[in-house]
Amino acid sequence: MNKVYLTTPIRDEDIRDLRIGDIVYLTGELITGRDDVHQRAIKQGKALPVDLAGKAIFHAGPIMQEDVSQSSGYRVISVGPTTSMRMDRYQKEFLEKTGVKLIVGKGGMGPKTTEGCVQQCAIHTVFPGGCAVLAAERVEEVERVEWLDLGMPEAMWVMRVKDFGPLIVSIDTQGNNLFERNKKGFAEKQEPIIEQINKSVDFLH
Amino acid sequence: MDSRFLTASDAKARLTDIVASFTDYSSKHLPDDVVERLREMSEAEHSEFARIIYDAMFENMDMANRLDRPVCQDTGLVQYFVRVGTAFPYMDVIEGALQEAVLQATQSAPLRQNAVEVFDEKNTGTNIGYRVPWIEWEIVPGRDDIEIYMYMAGGGCSLPGMAKVLMPLEGYEGIVRFVFDRVTTLGINACPPLLVGVGIAGSAEVAAKLSKKALLRTIGSENPNPRGAMLEKQIRDGLDAVGIGPGGLTGAESVMAVHIEHAARHPATLAVGISTGCWAHRRSRIRIHSNLEYEVLSHRGVAL
Ligand code: SF4
Repeated sequence: MNKVYLTTPIRDEDIRDLRIGDIVYLTGELITGRDDVHQRAIKQGKALPVDLAGKAIFHAGPIMQEDVSQSSGYRVISVGPTTSMRMDRYQKEFLEKTGVKLIVGKGGMGPKTTEGCVQQCAIHTVFPGGCAVLAAERVEEVERVEWLDLGMPEAMWVMRVKDFGPLIVSIDTQGNNLFERNKKGFAEKQEPIIEQINKSVDFLH
Repeated sequence: MDSRFLTASDAKARLTDIVASFTDYSSKHLPDDVVERLREMSEAEHSEFARIIYDAMFENMDMANRLDRPVCQDTGLVQYFVRVGTAFPYMDVIEGALQEAVLQATQSAPLRQNAVEVFDEKNTGTNIGYRVPWIEWEIVPGRDDIEIYMYMAGGGCSLPGMAKVLMPLEGYEGIVRFVFDRVTTLGINACPPLLVGVGIAGSAEVAAKLSKKALLRTIGSENPNPRGAMLEKQIRDGLDAVGIGPGGLTGAESVMAVHIEHAARHPATLAVGISTGCWAHRRSRIRIHSNLEYEVLSHRGVAL
């Protein structure tokens, strides 16, 4: 398990040799984008209001609080990852369109995203799910917000972060996929277990 | 405070304040049984990934407490399960008070704005929407108090939810397989270790509802039927043997508990429902007496 510190803009050579299970800490720009951002950008083909090339996107819908002392007018209260699988449908095209290098989320993503990571030299990583205050404390500043008409959880929040992590690499640039591997293991393991349980649940008369 | 002196509007204001503070508090502090169980589970894990996740979880809980912030950014759709005594004097104002309470807690905590109107596809920005907060009522004869369970139904942990009607000859074997399949696939994205709620009944909506009620039960409690209790334990041990671990990154155990709730079924149907709660299981319970004094039952020693 390697431990790596990355700074945006991220170059291909910064992440090419990372492998699933490696741990990353990110410094620089991290921008939230979840269901609606992906569908606006890809299905509706709208131009993105933030240049994402070399940056990191965060599958997350934060709790932000209005704060006039901040230049963006907001400060972050709580911001943990959301289920990445929901973005699987458009993630590959999103990577192609934007040049995003690092995805942060939780749980796995499927074969299509994996293909996108290989083709675009990008990685998917997971932040410990539900640990939203921990994550918020690594945010230095909320720089601005775009597409706020989508509502607080779905908007694009541009945040400057420092040593944001631990981010566990779950899809690497070689196409290795940590959660697909785990899932396969679970599926194999559960068969004999289910069989065993089912020997003793024949309650029907 | 003597209830005889309260007008309906004073009672509503008082109820609103209590439930708002209770909801706010519950977003920031997990209930005692969940914290205890997580501590126990954390001690059983020694692999590097599992340690990273459990350490992050406990650090996060400490920070949420210290900084007075919601444990998880997804404060869910707020749901209330109300057991109301037939002699409770302020029946008329409960529903309004619960709605007001959500509005207040959304501002004070703050909670994330999660209510999206169906068809209009607009986030209301208040956590109030058509039939939201969702309220379930149970009437308790002969009592003059109310007991409220508050649950924050997060998106991630609601995703594995499902109900279906099996044919009886698929048997309990079909139920076991259904539960395993949901937990070991979609469940791994729902912030494990999960609390698994299973409902068994004669039709889909009853099974679904019971599966959610199963999540309200205190961890460590058992199904009252010995076979039910046995099945809870077998599924739990079986899931643990799969080794999902915290965050789905593999480990020594998988789930906080498996709870089964049941209702008699039809001879021709065997319906099963599943609901899952994530490690950040924001389920709390309060009793409010007829004089509007209260006790928080899910968190020891809490004055709101
Ligand atoms: S599953 Fe639970 S802990 Fe995970 S992000 Fe959703 S609400 Fe938070």
